[in-house]
Amino acid sequence: MKKKNSIAHYPYIVWSIIFIVVPLFLVLYFSLTNSDGVLTLENYQKLFKPNYMNVFLNSMKLAAISTILCLILGYPLAYVLSKMDTKVRNFLMLLLIIPMWMNFLLRTYAWMSIIGRNGIVNTILKAIGIPAMNILYTDTAVILGMVYNFLPFMIIPIYTVLIKIDTNVIKAAADLGANKFIIFKRIIFPLSIPGVMSGITMVFMPAVSTFVISKLLGGGQFMLIGNLIELQFTTVGDWYFGSAISILMMIIILVSMAVLSRYEDKDEKEGGGFLW
Amino acid sequence: MKEVLNLQDSNKDIIVDLKNITKKYDDNMVIENLNLYIRRNEFITLLGPSGCGKTTTLNIIAGFEEPNSGDLIFEGKVINEVPPHKRQINTVFQRYALFTHMNVYENVAFGLRIKKLPEKEIREKVKVMLKLVDLEGYENRSTDSLSGGQQQRVAIARALVNEPKVLLLDEPLAALDLKLRKEMQLELKRIQQSLGITFVFVTHDQEEALTMSDTIVVMNKGRIQQIGTPEDIYNEPKNEFVARFIGESNIFDGIMHEDYRVSFEGREFQCVDKGFDKDEKIDVIIRPEDIKLEEYGQGMLNGTVTSVIFKGVHYEIEVEANNKKWLIHNTKHVKVSEKIGMNIYPEDIHIMRKAREVE
Repeated sequence: MKKKNSIAHYPYIVWSIIFIVVPLFLVLYFSLTNSDGVLTLENYQKLFKPNYMNVFLNSMKLAAISTILCLILGYPLAYVLSKMDTKVRNFLMLLLIIPMWMNFLLRTYAWMSIIGRNGIVNTILKAIGIPAMNILYTDTAVILGMVYNFLPFMIIPIYTVLIKIDTNVIKAAADLGANKFIIFKRIIFPLSIPGVMSGITMVFMPAVSTFVISKLLGGGQFMLIGNLIELQFTTVGDWYFGSAISILMMIIILVSMAVLSRYEDKDEKEGGGFLW
Repeated sequence: MKEVLNLQDSNKDIIVDLKNITKKYDDNMVIENLNLYIRRNEFITLLGPSGCGKTTTLNIIAGFEEPNSGDLIFEGKVINEVPPHKRQINTVFQRYALFTHMNVYENVAFGLRIKKLPEKEIREKVKVMLKLVDLEGYENRSTDSLSGGQQQRVAIARALVNEPKVLLLDEPLAALDLKLRKEMQLELKRIQQSLGITFVFVTHDQEEALTMSDTIVVMNKGRIQQIGTPEDIYNEPKNEFVARFIGESNIFDGIMHEDYRVSFEGREFQCVDKGFDKDEKIDVIIRPEDIKLEEYGQGMLNGTVTSVIFKGVHYEIEVEANNKKWLIHNTKHVKVSEKIGMNIYPEDIHIMRKAREVE
């Protein structure tokens, strides 16, 4: 069946070279040179300055918090959904996905007007006599935005794994004396770990690299890796340093994926991937 | 749990008693007024085509489903509402339902860990069980590295290690190939006899049922058709359904004139049955192997051979007589279109009341 180097492969190979391989090498090349075109490691040395390190740590911290919150919110939801009637759960799943069809920026702007100084939340708070809160342009707002935008990416892979668990396996556990709690702890949760792992990957990766959410909800002064990169390319014009940060971010993502993929089941990789 | 006053309770032999069990899904009657008792140490088989209610009956005994009405009595106590994990009954599932995230040892130890037995005791019991099912040395293997037959053995060990009083088996051999299935049939019988546990086995395979069972319960459309030993069921089927389902048979319409005198296919025969109404319309069953071949004109009936198929031990011969087909199993070779005679002994003529039309 496998026909290597069939002519039909060539357009794909050319395509990947032009749009994937070449840009990657360009980024790598830029990260290793300076404005005079001389090979140097100074861009990478610059990364280790404390103010930049803080940006990385802050990005990872916010992404980690968002991922954990998504897991805490998403797992029970996926679990409840998976227990429902096929028709009902398909409909609810659709409801969950529909907002995803709306533009990402729009959704984030919507949050700005909800949590803004004169937004819905504060209007309601004022109406019942509680002082207005400053949510917008804080860590909380950024985390809120991340959780809101990435929650489906946590729910879907977990849900996909949960609905595939053979009901007879659960019956068998009950038959062997396990109550509902033990069944969850010893059977359902361990079997759903591949879904949890791909959920974590799919939330953590975009969360650690986002710059739109932090820019809009965190305000202009809010710096995450994504913003730092954007800043280098659009404002500062230091493409060399920007490339070095991009490479670092890629390494962060690759390492976290490598760690997580050890827990993933080989045939569960497709979980939720259709949203990307 | 309420104690049930029951005359039969004096019979300590009965371990599970199903009384007037009815189960329906919406308006769909799955089991209708089922009465069945199961004795201690019995190998009992629920046999019937798919959709006959056999698996539902098993699920009711296991506790996965509750009957709409009727009582399930276990050792004299009604257990209708006792959840599965509190019953002293374990199940071997159709497609094994092993815990794929655990190795063989942990699968078998699962029930014991829930009971919080000391580790040392668990180790001993698992070892004994794995030896019983011939899987010593497989403790650390993952379940998906095992063959179908081995997975089946793990499932059996996992259930038996809890020392259940009753083991339910839901078509456990359906996924195995023929040779392995035959081996496992004998294996299961051996295990049942060596442990002295009650086995309730569900299958649609009549041969499997005949091979292993002490008692066979033939079911169709939610009703029990016949309960009996394999010999009873085979030799004295109670109605047309049982006769057709168990083995092959020739079934004819007949009239029972009086005790020991029946006529069918335009002839009168002697038989060994009695107790029917005068001239009652009945079904006559004759097993293919009970028809003796004679020279043409020398038998009770004459016919023409229409087909002969070699089946290994015997030939499957089809004979046409009076425009009716007869199926005959015989080791004698005959030729197609040969004219032959047929003889039937009185004890091989089985008379059954016409089956009440079961909807």
